[in-house]
Amino acid sequence: MATAESAYLSDATPANAVEAQRHTALVRVTHWINALSFFGLVISGFAILIAHPRFYWGETGGIGTPYLFEFPLPYMKGGPSGWGRNLHFLVAWICVANGLVYALSGFVTRHFRRHLLTANPTYDPLQRRTYTALIFGLLPFLIWTGFAMSPAITASAPAVVTLLGGQQSARTLHLFAAVAIIVFFGGHIVMVYLAGFKRRFLAMVIGHEGTDKEHV
Amino acid sequence: MNKPSRRMVIGATAGAAGLAAARLISKYGMVPPDHYGPYGIGQTLTYASHRILMPKQTLAREFDRSQISTVASVNGLPPPTDDYKRMVSNGFADWRLTVDGMVTRPLTLSLADLKGMPVRSHITHQACEEGWSFIAESTGVQLSHILNLAGVLPQAKYVMFFSIPEKGAPLGKKWGSLDMEDAGHPQTLLAYGMNGQDLPLDHGAPLRVRVPRQLGFKSLKFLTRLTVTDTVKPYGKGWGSSSPERGFSWYGGI
Repeated sequence: MATAESAYLSDATPANAVEAQRHTALVRVTHWINALSFFGLVISGFAILIAHPRFYWGETGGIGTPYLFEFPLPYMKGGPSGWGRNLHFLVAWICVANGLVYALSGFVTRHFRRHLLTANPTYDPLQRRTYTALIFGLLPFLIWTGFAMSPAITASAPAVVTLLGGQQSARTLHLFAAVAIIVFFGGHIVMVYLAGFKRRFLAMVIGHEGTDKEHV
Repeated sequence: MNKPSRRMVIGATAGAAGLAAARLISKYGMVPPDHYGPYGIGQTLTYASHRILMPKQTLAREFDRSQISTVASVNGLPPPTDDYKRMVSNGFADWRLTVDGMVTRPLTLSLADLKGMPVRSHITHQACEEGWSFIAESTGVQLSHILNLAGVLPQAKYVMFFSIPEKGAPLGKKWGSLDMEDAGHPQTLLAYGMNGQDLPLDHGAPLRVRVPRQLGFKSLKFLTRLTVTDTVKPYGKGWGSSSPERGFSWYGGI
């Protein structure tokens, strides 16, 4: 029995380990589209922000009204927010379409169930909780708070903005959610570095870590 | 043998579907005038999805009088011309609004003519694309009322808005257009009043358009002429508004 068991383990464990760390082509492609979208949205979001780097709570706010906080940045009117908005709303379409493909396939292929929602050798509980909160909490919240700033969308569905406490509250919450994503990105890079940057980077580019030829 | 033919069938079907979609989209006006270039893809997706997915004529939120903001910021100052100063000094008595283009009865209206028409007011939120916003009451005439008086021809697609001419800007420093859906929207007003007073100079006296379902830059100020048209191509670079020429979108619903 003992022999059989150890033979089973020595035979199967390496294959399992490699299998668990493999990323499917769909996960890899959507990951990199998402990575590009992240940079596009952060850069364009910053370009929009510096038109008016001051934040409020409630429905309204502007120069001469009470405010929550402001960034020590110059007010750059009439420039960056133009291309910033154009880029933001172009990349948002790509990001959302890409995210939908990822999310639907994650359910269909049970990627979420196997790697996020149940214990597995690849990700520890903190990682699983973080990714789950990001994918099903923070990203939908970013989209929601973005929609809440659209006068056409709030005309169709006023609850989109009233549930958040007003249009300026939505803008402030959109910023907070964006900052949370940037913090996640920092943590993500640190984790990848600690796990071995080259190996994890290759895993996300070619699907495996490039060490075990048998499983190519 | 099998694979290429299947590929061809799929390709032909996709091509035909794409062509049909393109034709439908251009027929129902879902392509904004500033659809050129890479950003144009985003503009078109946004504008078309709003027009397809959202119920028509939904009303922007209206607020209580107690929610009117005490501070209402502006961007863009009154025209720095002698003509404008003269108009201000005599209370805009010789200012006129011209309505022309694809209409059966072109109009020339004074401020008194407009004030004699059915009055509509609303207290709405106005947000600048920069991020700041205020709530104010706008009082004026529904644009749809003026369009009905003028008799819009059925092929019309846009209403162009031109502000008081300035040096080097014969169409006005800022000009723009709305599609017929937003032009005919019940909350789209030609506003001569704000918060119970005459429209302040900084807010576009004597007349501005208020479009509560779009951002503030679509609510053009210092109006002097409306032109109903089936194409925005002849004006400026043909992008429907001066805002795309300054790097901003034509559609301001987001």
